[in-house]
Amino acid sequence: MNRNDIAPNDRGLSGTNAVEVRGIVKHYGETKALDGVDLTVRQGTVLGVLGPNGAGKTTLVRILSTLIKPDAGTAFVGGYDVLRQPKQLRRTIGLTGQYASVDELLSGYENLYLIGRLLDLPAKQAKARATELLERFSLTDAAKRPAKTYSGGMRRRLDLAASMIGNPKVLYLDEPTTGLDPRTRNEVWDEVQRMVSEGATVLLTTQYMEEAEQLADALTVIDKGKVIASGGVAELKAQVGGRTLQVRPVHPAELPEMARCLHETGLTGATFSADTGLLSVQLTDDEQLTAVIGVLGSRGFGIAGIDTKLPSLDEVFLTITGKSGPTDAVPTLEKEAVA
Amino acid sequence: MSAATLSPATVKPAPLNADDVRIGPRATLRHIGALTRRNLMRIKADPESMLDAVLVPIIFTVLFIYVFGGAMFPTRAQYIQYMVPGLLGTTGLNLAMAVGTGLNSDFQTGVMDRFRTLPIGRSAVLLSKMAAEMLRALVSFTILITFAMIIGLEIKTDVLHLLAAVGLSLMFGMSIVWISMLLGMSLSSPQAVQGVSMLVIMPLQFGSSIFAPTGTMPGWLQTFTEYNPLSALADACRGLINGEAFSHSVLIVVIWSVAITAVTAPLAVARFRKRT
Ligand SMILES: Nc1ncnc2c1ncn2[C@@H]1O[C@H](COP(=O)(O)OP(=O)(O)OP(=O)(O)O)[C@@H](O)[C@H]1O
Ligand SMILES: [Mg+2]
Repeated sequence: MNRNDIAPNDRGLSGTNAVEVRGIVKHYGETKALDGVDLTVRQGTVLGVLGPNGAGKTTLVRILSTLIKPDAGTAFVGGYDVLRQPKQLRRTIGLTGQYASVDELLSGYENLYLIGRLLDLPAKQAKARATELLERFSLTDAAKRPAKTYSGGMRRRLDLAASMIGNPKVLYLDEPTTGLDPRTRNEVWDEVQRMVSEGATVLLTTQYMEEAEQLADALTVIDKGKVIASGGVAELKAQVGGRTLQVRPVHPAELPEMARCLHETGLTGATFSADTGLLSVQLTDDEQLTAVIGVLGSRGFGIAGIDTKLPSLDEVFLTITGKSGPTDAVPTLEKEAVA
Repeated sequence: MSAATLSPATVKPAPLNADDVRIGPRATLRHIGALTRRNLMRIKADPESMLDAVLVPIIFTVLFIYVFGGAMFPTRAQYIQYMVPGLLGTTGLNLAMAVGTGLNSDFQTGVMDRFRTLPIGRSAVLLSKMAAEMLRALVSFTILITFAMIIGLEIKTDVLHLLAAVGLSLMFGMSIVWISMLLGMSLSSPQAVQGVSMLVIMPLQFGSSIFAPTGTMPGWLQTFTEYNPLSALADACRGLINGEAFSHSVLIVVIWSVAITAVTAPLAVARFRKRT
């Protein structure tokens, strides 16, 4: 199909993808901030974008918000082309950037009211919406104070509220909870989940694996401007390290002996900790699990409990970003979409 | 659909916004209104930012009339009639220069990023800055004239001529706003903008006929003051208020204003577009 005669509402869209990014490149001099990024976010889902500092997350978000133009590649948001239809695209999105973008001199209420008016809400509605969002982000008490008197977390929440005024179909959150206390973080998560339940699509960058696990339906890890892994939370975990078997013996004193027995039978990778009283074995497949239990049972060790654990997302993150080189051997889990 | 046609290599820079929605003039007016309100609320929240508009005309008047006035003219009354109309022009210039500082700090704080992700015309941000500045200038003009009249300024013509002098100063000030915006978008910090603005304003202000007749100045300076638009502006205001000839200097001011706007406005808008 020719790019120039696509009908308005299926332009570059497979219909269910709220965000489609293809081959986006952005270089700053020698720095390849983005070096050919592809990703999709399905309508009504949350995509978590992970990556170390300088990976290109903010650059990606800014391109998708029409704040900067890519050097190459295409991106569609809500069916609109970032390059060709910026105004329509802006009606579709809400952005909470990494750095607060509130007017320090205006009160929290006035900040939100202004944005409501700029989004063409009638005065009355803009007022109601501002009041409602201040309430939801626990800012009612500070509503009339200038934003410059707000604490860092309060500013952050005001910024989040500002991005939600127009009930955007697509919401970008660039490290939304950095610097928030745990209770406030939960509040923000609730609000994000609420937006999603009302049909919004969210692209979220974060450094908190817990946040990714809480909110994201799918994850994309980028490093040095490239996507190095993508897929569901469980998929990524399974891909990275497999599981760990933890065995709690009846007699902790037997731990060294147990580990030695396993080694003798060729089951390597067993470690133990006297502190926790646990024997841990890295598993590569299910047969190994049976073998370990078999060996321990036949040698007569008393077992009080067993458990298998997936690696934490932190471990996943460290493993993936740790081994990412300049190779093209990208472990792609999400095979759909790009075709 | 085929993804092949969308691969990076084949993507041409799109025919710009070919099928993008236009934001209608009424919506733009509403946006300008909302943003002007914001600019005025910023002044309310930070009244010190009005100091220049309120105090500078008074301080300049007092300083020059009482400190230097006696030395330059036989009577103080004569000097008031000479200098205050000139001050009208320079007041517009001073305030215009504040626009760039404000614009710069908006870019610094990320507020501009917020605006740029909203479906509003880019011009709304610029025009609302001008609107707020215009109101500030009107306050300043009112204070200056009122204060000057208290200490003896006499409007020898009529209100219409006085308003014409104010309008002319405003018009010149608005052409300078574009220069200020250019500075605001080119320099790295609000302080830098302020500093450079001062460097521009000072020589223009004092190398003009505003405070003293140019007759006693050395030749090179006289040449400078002759071509300095602020001299023409001061002469025009003087003529309008004191009932002397003014059409020639008014014409020169109009030409200057149009020329400055014609050159700098497109540059400022282009720069603004590039950064937005
Ligand atoms: N305006 C710019 N000029 C020059 N280099 C830039 C610019 N913006 C970003 N970069 C570079 O591009 C790379 C990606 O930056 P980006 O801000 O997107 O990273 P990030 O993933 O958001 O990092 P963080 O987790 O620290 O926020 C970095 O190396 C950065 O230095
Ligand atoms: Mg970032």
